[in-house]
Amino acid sequence: MSMSLPVVETEPRLASTPIDFDEKLAGLGIDLRADVVRTLQVNVGKLCNQACKHCHVDAGPSRTEIMTQSTAEDVIAALRRSQIPILDITGGAPELIPSFRYLVIEARAAGAHVIVRHNLTVMFEQGQDDLPEFFRDHAVEVVSSLPYFLEQQTDAQRGRGVFEKSIDALRRLNAVGYGTNGALLLNLVYNPVGAYLPPPQFSIEADFKRELMVRYGISFDRLYTITNMPIKRFLDYLRRSGNEERYMRKLSEAFNPDAVEGLMCRSLISVDWTGRLYDCDFNQMVGLGVEPRLPQRIADFDAVEFAGRRITTAAHCFGCAAGAGSSCGGALAKNDGRQ
Amino acid sequence: MAYYEEDDLSRFSEVGKHRPELFEKFMAWYQACQEDGALSRREKALIGLAVAHALQCPYCIDSYAQSCLESGSNLDQMTEAIHMASAIRGGAALIHGVQTHNSVGKVSM
Repeated sequence: MSMSLPVVETEPRLASTPIDFDEKLAGLGIDLRADVVRTLQVNVGKLCNQACKHCHVDAGPSRTEIMTQSTAEDVIAALRRSQIPILDITGGAPELIPSFRYLVIEARAAGAHVIVRHNLTVMFEQGQDDLPEFFRDHAVEVVSSLPYFLEQQTDAQRGRGVFEKSIDALRRLNAVGYGTNGALLLNLVYNPVGAYLPPPQFSIEADFKRELMVRYGISFDRLYTITNMPIKRFLDYLRRSGNEERYMRKLSEAFNPDAVEGLMCRSLISVDWTGRLYDCDFNQMVGLGVEPRLPQRIADFDAVEFAGRRITTAAHCFGCAAGAGSSCGGALAKNDGRQ
Repeated sequence: MAYYEEDDLSRFSEVGKHRPELFEKFMAWYQACQEDGALSRREKALIGLAVAHALQCPYCIDSYAQSCLESGSNLDQMTEAIHMASAIRGGAALIHGVQTHNSVGKVSM
């Protein structure tokens, strides 16, 4: 039986005001184009041991879409061919995919820095208990979601019992050296537990560092604030709770031109579990591919062709450009555009 | 039609259709008050929430509840701020008991 929450596939909307990200950029004289690809972000599939309420992937335990070994080999070949410095592996819970460790090991052998979007609780799944040591042995940068330093908020978003397991997992990562010495990077991700924007990254990071250390003796490197994207489960939540109009207005009104320069789509290419290419993981989830003139599959990827490409946008792009901006690496601008 | 409509909060700027220079002066002052200064934006949002409850303004409560969340406060902190406002309101009523005692004292033997 499916454990997925209801999903709506359509774009978010404002009843009274059309939302067009391209128009907003054009009004400011901005032509959104990619720079050199520095990060290859691979979404290896929708299988996950959790089913979080805000998940833009609609991932969960019953999902079966996962990357094959053959596609994983195409990914590594492209990484080597184009000498992309960073491989960013996400999901779902990427560790549950059979080709996950192959990707990490081969990317490290190719000289790439490897980031894994690790949900913490997956290390308690069968066959995953050596993950902290595996991450350490391959110098993986671990990026983990922890929406708040309190149980109530975390479990409200990620499921009952997730907070307690996450704390145990963080302790295990600390025990092998993560987040303790500046060498093995352990970065956490904050995202709002509801229909509002994240607070300034520096201030909530200080809260997390203090509270996690005092309450649980846990240390970490950086906290990234990420805005919830009006896609799939979070969009469904917005609609069910009557917050869609208000949230989309909030995103568009909080548009910050200073965040555009650092938008992750400008330096990243995204690959789905089938090997198809996108400008980012969010475009991937709504099926918006890269410019039609470009190769559409990772097997045909060429970094030179993709540099300077026009980015495909949609209403959800306001989520990355709102306030201090939002990306897989957290806030983008020093100011949040608020008066 | 209710006296308070949720959507009216986003129509606040319509007040400036008449005597716009006064509204603009208010907005400049209002926005300057929100910025980080000797107090952080987060502290100011909590003060705003407390005052909103003291004034019992539904627009302000809605707006500052959001501001508190977006500046990093949690519901425990927001609730403490509300208790502060309520306690001061309660205390302000109660201290007038002295007035009552004074009044009664004046006319009593």
